[in-house]
Amino acid sequence: MLRLEPRREPSGPMFYVAPLLAIGMTLVAGIVLFAALDKPPLTAMQLIFIAPLTSLRGVAELLVKGTPLILIAIGLAISFRGGIWNIGAEGQYAIGALAGGAVALAVYPATGWWLLPLMSCAGIAGGAAWAAIPALLRTRFNANEILVSLMLVYVAVLLLSSLVHGPLRDPEGLNFPESRLFQTSLPILIEGTRAHVGFLVALAAVLLAWVLLERHALGFKVKVLGQAPRAARYAGFSDKGLIWFCFLLSGGCAGLAGLFEAAGPVGQLVPALPSGYGFTAIVVAFLGRLNPIGILLAGLVLALTYIGGETAQIAMSLPSATTAVFQGMFLFFLLAADVLVNYRARWIARRSPAADPHAVSGAAIGTVQRLPTP
Amino acid sequence: MPQALLELHGMTKRFPGVLANDAVSLSVNPQEIHALLGENGAGKSTLVKMIYGVMRPDHGCMRLDGEAYAPHKPAEARAKGIGMVFQQFSLFEGLTVAENIALGIRAKMARSGLRQRIAAVSSAYGLRLDPDRRVGNLSVGERQRIEIVRCLLQEPKLIIMDEPTSVLAPQEIEVLFQTLRRLRSEGCSILYISHKLEEIRALCDRATILRDGKVVGNCDPKQQSTQQLAEMMIGTPLMPPQRATSGLGPVRLKVVDLTLASEEQFGVDLEHVDLEVRGGEIFGIAGVAGNGQAELMAALIGERLANRPGAIAIDGTPVGAQGPSVRRALGLTCVPEERMGYGSVADLALWENALLTASTRMKLATWGFIGVPRAKRFAGKIVREFAVRTRGIEHAVRGLSDGNLQKFVMGREMLQAPGVLIAAQPTWGVDAGAAATIHTFLLSLAKLGTAVLIVSQDLDELFAISSRIAVFAGGRLSPARPVDELTTQHIGLAMGTPGGWDTPSEAPPAHA
Repeated sequence: MLRLEPRREPSGPMFYVAPLLAIGMTLVAGIVLFAALDKPPLTAMQLIFIAPLTSLRGVAELLVKGTPLILIAIGLAISFRGGIWNIGAEGQYAIGALAGGAVALAVYPATGWWLLPLMSCAGIAGGAAWAAIPALLRTRFNANEILVSLMLVYVAVLLLSSLVHGPLRDPEGLNFPESRLFQTSLPILIEGTRAHVGFLVALAAVLLAWVLLERHALGFKVKVLGQAPRAARYAGFSDKGLIWFCFLLSGGCAGLAGLFEAAGPVGQLVPALPSGYGFTAIVVAFLGRLNPIGILLAGLVLALTYIGGETAQIAMSLPSATTAVFQGMFLFFLLAADVLVNYRARWIARRSPAADPHAVSGAAIGTVQRLPTP
Repeated sequence: MPQALLELHGMTKRFPGVLANDAVSLSVNPQEIHALLGENGAGKSTLVKMIYGVMRPDHGCMRLDGEAYAPHKPAEARAKGIGMVFQQFSLFEGLTVAENIALGIRAKMARSGLRQRIAAVSSAYGLRLDPDRRVGNLSVGERQRIEIVRCLLQEPKLIIMDEPTSVLAPQEIEVLFQTLRRLRSEGCSILYISHKLEEIRALCDRATILRDGKVVGNCDPKQQSTQQLAEMMIGTPLMPPQRATSGLGPVRLKVVDLTLASEEQFGVDLEHVDLEVRGGEIFGIAGVAGNGQAELMAALIGERLANRPGAIAIDGTPVGAQGPSVRRALGLTCVPEERMGYGSVADLALWENALLTASTRMKLATWGFIGVPRAKRFAGKIVREFAVRTRGIEHAVRGLSDGNLQKFVMGREMLQAPGVLIAAQPTWGVDAGAAATIHTFLLSLAKLGTAVLIVSQDLDELFAISSRIAVFAGGRLSPARPVDELTTQHIGLAMGTPGGWDTPSEAPPAHA
């Protein structure tokens, strides 16, 4: 029978193999799922995971969707490393877009080289300010940041919607709930596609986050705070300062991602701007092992499910929930595969009890869990 | 020869990468107190966990009363008459003694007449306990009594005790020994794990010595000297540390009238603590755990700030209002009592844990950027100088045994050339050889002019290395007295007298 026994220390290789296992299992489960829906499974998988990569437009779309996912997930990963559970990135994203967009609308129609940097700064500030609310409540009153940041998502989304319906509405827009089109937009990276320079910023964020976490004392302090808060106190790291840092950083990243989306592919403020990137980024952060390089890869994989899911919906008339199902399965299988980081699966032959009455079988220790038989 | 109560044959247990027990055989006779002796990592815990059904052996078999015995879980071991008192108690502080006991035993027994049985057992064995008191208000010794009573209520034939005296005051140890002797006379056997060799010689009838997972000897501990026992245990000759009386330097750590209310519900408030530690001396603080030591450590390191800046001074600089980083920069290093999760971070590598507190003093970072090679060199130095057994400085400290983690954390704080070193239980859980290394290092640090403050419950250790001793009781610290005019009896008495010595004027005979 298959048994799990605890490892003496977490397995390094398995830590990186688990996400690959999760992806593999998601593919298998996807095939089973499509077969059960009476759709040709292999065609569906080809449409979702391969077809988008065969055209330049597909690859460019991958970068478009990957940019916000990676940027948000980078900030979240640093937070999560510190044990700060900011799950309100969706709201910070919306406020970032709102703040940056409002700057453009305020100076309309003036424009120039200075406008995009100014909008970006406003986006970062907006996201960070929205994240400052849970940070303040956590450090001042010890309020649970998971609840506060999550609930603020709905406030932010409705705030964006109400402003777009009101003061920010395009005066020449026939009363549609949309702002004007911005007088400037992000430079395009690949001619003839929507891929914009935001992706380069996301790449830079990956690099900076890696330096912060692996080579800088601030990242080290965040990691210590996350893994052993009492050791952080003993070492003299200010926990309140680190909580603020994590919130402002993750909020700022989400805000910038929101502004990039508004000033990039969308080009204006619309109520539907927050489309779930802030939540999907949580999956990206964990699938990428809270590691910047991993997040880069995981962000692209998840972006693929968005694009492939859309293609498959249209081509095979699949339900629109397909994308969400795949994203959910990634996280689900990842959490399952993570058991193998701390436990080792061993095949143990069942001994006949009659052979040796004194022999104690196997390596079962303490609380033994059994893996389901595959 | 009488039939043995418990026999172990060829017990073998392998963990990934290490053979914890290699064909261990031993037998415990009825009415015997049997010592299990060994260094850290020698395999004592693994062996008793297999006896108590927490783990199962890979090979080997056990017999209890001549019958095959292979428990799958602790409940089975208890049903067969084996009880265990762990080093870490599992008690709920908010519940009463009786409620705690009821939670830990079979439901059938917990229902009726439990209070009477608790009273009967505790009076029969001299284990004073009031079933209605809240555990949070009890001393460590009393908490241990709860565990023992809980064990005795199941009428065991064999009780396993894991380092039971490590948390007790001298008087409490004597009471515990009387209880254990009475249990023996009534037919119960005891498997006694300890690293305190004097105790084993005083209490135990036989000893089995483990080294590197193998049995290396059996003896009657009464026939051996502690030196001989220690050498059997570690396999090499042992050099005891020499206490040096060198010239005293200026006052480096000064605490003046420190009063601090505890943050914890069952914590101890510090009241008017005064102390001065000079360069060149080792200042010992004795006392039963939970009398304010943890609170004093937190106040000294700067985790909790004092009521006024002048309450604590390092080399004359008031630091009462400064946090740990400032104090470290001024030369203070500190080893807290809890090494894992407090003194170190379990999932970070050894070298990252070296960075945890040594970053400032060892200049391991510039502009906040970590000097990885420098940090690794420093970690490597700790590992070499204190013979930390590890698979490498890239591995997580989680993989270190208790004793090796202790050596690592002690080494990290001692190698930073501190002006003031504060250490709680500096040799807790390490073997005799490593304890000697740490003691020697502490003494040489003092010789170089460091002010060393030791908080320890091990009186032998305090007598061996400190030059002055003060006693903590109820959050108050007695005045310090030179170690030459003290005996364990004095300290035992002072532990019951908050703020002072019982008989301060009488000059007692020198410590034997």
